[in-house]
Amino acid sequence: MSERMAQDTLISMYTHLSRIRKVSLAIEQKYPQDEMKTPVHLSLGQEAVAVGVCAHLNKDDIIFSNHRSHAHYLAKGGDLKAMIAELYGRETGCSRGRGGSMHLIDTSIGHWGSSAIVGGSIPHAVGAAFAMKYRKAPQVAVSFMGDAATEQGVFYESMSWAKMRELPVVFICENNLYSVCSHISARQPKVDIVARARAFDLPSVRIDGMNVLEVHAKAGEAINHARQGHGPYFIECCVQRWRGHAGGGDPLREQYRRPEECEESYWRDPLKDFRHHLVSEKIADDKKLDDIDRKLGEEINRAFQYAQESPLPRKEDLEKYLYS
Amino acid sequence: MLIMPWTKLQIEREEPVFDENQGQNVRKLSFGEALREALDQAMERDPSVYAMGQGIDDPGGMFGSTLNLHKKYGPERFFDTPLSEEAMIGMGIGSAMAGLRPVSIHNRPDFLMMAMDQIVNAAAKWSYMFSARVPVPMVIRACIGRGWGSAAQHSQALQGLFFHVPGLKIVMPSTAYDAKGLFITSIADNNPVIFIEHRWCYKHKGYVPEHVYSVPFGEAVIKREGKDVTILGVSHMVIEALRAAEELAKKGISAEVIDPRTLKPLDEKTLLTSLKKTGRLIVADLAWKTGGFGAEVLALTAEKGLPLLKKPPVRVAFPDIPTPASHVLEEAFYPGVKDIAAAAEGLMKA
Repeated sequence: MSERMAQDTLISMYTHLSRIRKVSLAIEQKYPQDEMKTPVHLSLGQEAVAVGVCAHLNKDDIIFSNHRSHAHYLAKGGDLKAMIAELYGRETGCSRGRGGSMHLIDTSIGHWGSSAIVGGSIPHAVGAAFAMKYRKAPQVAVSFMGDAATEQGVFYESMSWAKMRELPVVFICENNLYSVCSHISARQPKVDIVARARAFDLPSVRIDGMNVLEVHAKAGEAINHARQGHGPYFIECCVQRWRGHAGGGDPLREQYRRPEECEESYWRDPLKDFRHHLVSEKIADDKKLDDIDRKLGEEINRAFQYAQESPLPRKEDLEKYLYS
Repeated sequence: MLIMPWTKLQIEREEPVFDENQGQNVRKLSFGEALREALDQAMERDPSVYAMGQGIDDPGGMFGSTLNLHKKYGPERFFDTPLSEEAMIGMGIGSAMAGLRPVSIHNRPDFLMMAMDQIVNAAAKWSYMFSARVPVPMVIRACIGRGWGSAAQHSQALQGLFFHVPGLKIVMPSTAYDAKGLFITSIADNNPVIFIEHRWCYKHKGYVPEHVYSVPFGEAVIKREGKDVTILGVSHMVIEALRAAEELAKKGISAEVIDPRTLKPLDEKTLLTSLKKTGRLIVADLAWKTGGFGAEVLALTAEKGLPLLKKPPVRVAFPDIPTPASHVLEEAFYPGVKDIAAAAEGLMKA
């Protein structure tokens, strides 16, 4: 029984990884058409973190994310059509065209909005966790952030208070070494993000964020820890940002990255590695995985079509939604 | 959290008691007691309401407005916070998204500057950015300081900053009755509300019904009827305007005093109706002159009420400088009864 469940989980994770990858590549491919009039921050290379973490989350667990949120949104089970429609600025978008790529939301699966101020959503996750504990509910909150968010004061304030109250919140830092073009060594005096969380007495680990199985294992421990009422947890996931900060490709790559990072051999692929694992361990064969990929391709095409055929918001509705 | 007996001394000495229902045998509470009763009753009725703030559970009890409520509600619902305004307001926002109704209490508006990102970039925008899918029902309370050399960083009235940002409601009661009613409405509102009080109103008394009642947003009240000049006051300046009106009456000038009660939403109709009667406007603003709420009142008067005016409007406000400490300078800084009365007399000259 547990072997079959595990297989379901593994196939599910593969599906999520592949979906996020294909969606991101499709966005990148279509972006030059200038129909998605919104800044996009692609999750390419960083997909495994969202997938490994969200595999442990139920619908009513809550995640908060940042400008690079496509992977988190999709891994949590967010509606793909609504996401693409939002990129196209449509009334059928998840934020009805008011938010754009940086402000996705899907409350039906516990994604309550991504914020584009770096570090801004960290305390929101603490607040959601506070509400869960207040209501004695068994849910957890997860805060996804990047490495630069650990430079904001609010990161420390949030951890400190989450620990004081032993709140069910897990902080996931995707360290891709870059903040736009700025390398982490130019921003942090001693590059050791886990030590910062440890200073507040949070259990704090650093893992390989390009390995979805490692993410899954560690995230499971962290989420379980929080769910059992043992308080907050911090995981630093080392990842690679395949593209530039925003948009497609990385045209400035040679100008801001180190020479070794411009070699093809530097770049790892969490999806390719996981597929290899599934096939070599005989958990699934290429045919099955190709079949999943094919269906995903169709799903994604339908989503883009849906978006392009959806109505745009009406100008008369400009001032709607200011207040709830 | 320190109790500051010296500011209390000055208020006792310099600020006369203002009793809105002088001579009437009705149930009276002070402004501070009214705030406390509102919070208590709201928390009693609705288990999703909780309160947090630096020192709200200490022996001072935020000038009496939170006194001992922590004993009734316990530390899960009524608690002291660390000096982390940004995270605590951000936390409040997250909990509000999750369906709780936080009341975030701050000693001074000055300290809210630490949390501007959360107030302006998050709370104010969460409804619009996500097409109202997740409301943020949150009240942020702060008390404007004044006197005894409190100086620049403990005396600011910053509602002008928040007023400018779409998505926030701005509430500023001047009387005990309105304090309770508006606080209850603020807690019940599904949007972020900035609720700003004035320290010098705290001992003022007035009729406050014991039952739960709410005062609506966007409805100004005419505190005193008159026919010669309209004085629109903000918070404690409403009290000063009423005192000025008494002085003016002795000189045969009949002043109408309006209390907007909520700056946003603002009741424009009451103001314009009054101007139709008097043709003369003084805005007694509790803030720096430039770019504040008073400036907005003048703008809307020019846009919608220009034909009604017999004279150009006048603003009585703080000079555009930080508040000084030395008592001589402090006295020179603050406008009051004399300035409002002088402005009215000026408007009445042919």
